Amino acid sequence: MSWLRSFLSRRDVLRVGAGGAAVLAGSAALGQGRTAHGAGHAEAASPGSAVPAAHAGHGNNLMVGTVNHKRNGFDPMAMLTDWDWGKASILPSGQTLREYTMIAQNKDIEIAPGVFFPAWTYNGRVPGPTLRCTEGDRLRVTFINQTAHPHTIHFHGVHAAEMDGVPGAGPGEIQPGGRFVYEFDAEPFGCHLYHCHATSLKRHIHKGMYGAFIVDPKGGRPPAQEFVMVQNAFDTNFDGANEIYAVNTVGFEFARRPIPVRRGELIRIYLVNILEFDLINSFHLHANFFNYYDTGTTLEPTSRIVDTITQAQGQRGILEFKYKFTGNFMFHPHISEFTELGWMGSFQVVEPEAYPAALKAAGVDDQWARRSRQGIAGGQS
Amino acid sequence: MSAPAAPAGRWASLWGLAVVPLLLLGAVLAYLVATGGGLKTLQGPPVEQLNIGRVTLPERGVIQVQVVNDGPQTVTVPQVMVDDAFWSFTADPPGPIPRLGRATFMIPYPWVEEEAHKVALLTTLGTVFEAEIPVATLTPQPGRDLFLRFGLVGLYVGVVPVVLGMLWFPWMRRLSAGAMNFILALTVGLLVYLAVGTYLDAQEFAAALPAFWQGTPAVLLIALLTLGVLLALGSKRRTEEAPLGLSYRIATGIGLHNLGEGLAIGAAFALGEAALGTFLILGFTLHNITEGLGIVAPVVRQQPKFVQFAWLALIAGGPAILGTWLGGFAFNPVLATVFLAVGVGAIVQVVWEVGRLVARNTAALGAPLVGWSTLGGFTVGVALMYFTAFFVKF
Repeated sequence: MSWLRSFLSRRDVLRVGAGGAAVLAGSAALGQGRTAHGAGHAEAASPGSAVPAAHAGHGNNLMVGTVNHKRNGFDPMAMLTDWDWGKASILPSGQTLREYTMIAQNKDIEIAPGVFFPAWTYNGRVPGPTLRCTEGDRLRVTFINQTAHPHTIHFHGVHAAEMDGVPGAGPGEIQPGGRFVYEFDAEPFGCHLYHCHATSLKRHIHKGMYGAFIVDPKGGRPPAQEFVMVQNAFDTNFDGANEIYAVNTVGFEFARRPIPVRRGELIRIYLVNILEFDLINSFHLHANFFNYYDTGTTLEPTSRIVDTITQAQGQRGILEFKYKFTGNFMFHPHISEFTELGWMGSFQVVEPEAYPAALKAAGVDDQWARRSRQGIAGGQS
Repeated sequence: MSAPAAPAGRWASLWGLAVVPLLLLGAVLAYLVATGGGLKTLQGPPVEQLNIGRVTLPERGVIQVQVVNDGPQTVTVPQVMVDDAFWSFTADPPGPIPRLGRATFMIPYPWVEEEAHKVALLTTLGTVFEAEIPVATLTPQPGRDLFLRFGLVGLYVGVVPVVLGMLWFPWMRRLSAGAMNFILALTVGLLVYLAVGTYLDAQEFAAALPAFWQGTPAVLLIALLTLGVLLALGSKRRTEEAPLGLSYRIATGIGLHNLGEGLAIGAAFALGEAALGTFLILGFTLHNITEGLGIVAPVVRQQPKFVQFAWLALIAGGPAILGTWLGGFAFNPVLATVFLAVGVGAIVQVVWEVGRLVARNTAALGAPLVGWSTLGGFTVGVALMYFTAFFVKF
């Protein structure tokens, strides 16, 4: 029916070029025809009917259903405040030693309701544990590779060449069944990143081997409610483009469950961009402006009173802000495509007296709230 | 000494021997299902396959997608994206789609009139199946008005040109035997063109079918089977005794071809792209006028009754009306493929018959079968169809 294509070709030529247009138009034309829409659809049971109507969403721009966090073994909401201080002790020199164990494991994780991704993980979660320490601490990270591929841990920061976690430096790639102890002093302070640097790099990163690495300044930062947000995405069909975008892995999770915060309280976000395949990501806050600390390596903001920042692959920063009003306020990248593909959430700002109820509604406990305010104090315990 | 035929007492053992391989087959299958036949390590990753059939826009703000699972295993579609955005939806029936199962997705999406949209279905394993809506417009709802209008379109592109072509009949009766043979060769040419065109159209429909239909080989096989059946039916018949019958068979073949044209026109109008409609109808009327010439060519030496002309016109042109209705309201790509494949076989059969007629006539005229007259007629027939098709191909 080549003449039939012609019905469509004018617009298609403009849009996708003549070659591909013919096939697309042809199949779509065949697709047109009888409309069977009737009353039956209204009562048809579906996964969609389970969607809560009240959440701070984006109209019908949502994922249908919910993710089973228990089966995943991690919850994006819990990850916000889940700092890993390691096993702390004092060396004879008086220096704090922090010991961590990181195990490379393969795991199928649910990244959107009903959609599973064959991830490569550190400690069975994506992103991996948020390693947190204080500037000058001695870090000893035992890495065990329980997968069938070679992996490494490459820490952003200052360290010796053999601790760099790249092929050809020190032990290079840690082979299946192998182990290695990365050891170095934590410097400089800031919001950092660690990730696998085995080849092929793109695959090892987008399969899930990354996490936040926070080094607090010796004097600490002002008290605040702190969250870590790792901006990531998943290429589910391995075509070199992401299908699902998120912070802390699960698309729209914080749209379904807004993050409870108190009006007037300082909020600090450790923001990490470990997006693969897309060059940049961004963060935009609704009804607010924030101070931004690029890479977190300064105590003075590098940008003041901004409401959108951009991060390229591997960039990080710290955001600080307070809410003036109560209510639900969205945050998302000001890249509409990423927003609509899952990287969208909101803060639920409440008066202090309403905070316990808000915690309950978000499915988190007092311990979650306490951890969010532990800051540098958590490391001292 | 072997018995020439199995006596009654041997029936049991005869059938017993026939059943033995079947029993063994059952045992092998049971073994494979139960144990994997020692091939478990060869099993690859799961394969998901969905065929997106129809994408319709039944009302403002609603997209409807119909799929068939033509892959080897059950597929679940937990998420749907429209224009690179996750979107809410309902599935009917909900849940996993078994092999060869169907499902309809209703997506409440504010699509934009006359713009393009893209629907993507995301499966459990992260596979993405995409469908395009090249030009968004409301899918026409069946109604009396549209029914009549589609019927009118079918009338213009099918019946009218055939009738007009038949009006050459009185002129053709005054032609010499040689000139008449030229016209018959011309008929062969236009039928060959129609056979090729119908085959290509059938293949285009076949390519869009779910894989398990095996559309591409099916078209060829159905066409061959049709041809075989028609040749077998015609083997008892002597063409020179029944020229009217030959006209009817030509009309039937052309009718199946016009059904295909009607299907395509109806499907295109269902897309709402009617801007080119009048121009195309003009083109088709021009393109199809030769068909009437071909239908009446075998009966030039006869005295057919008027009612027979009417029947011939209806058989050849009427299916265009039917096709337009089917294409516009109840499109079924499987049936369309079958109809067109049957059409190919039918047209090839009449090519064969008219060809024999030409051969006999050339012999009677004492001319070679492939001479300037027959070759010229054939070429003019193909060329007429080819060049008038310029009006309907873009």
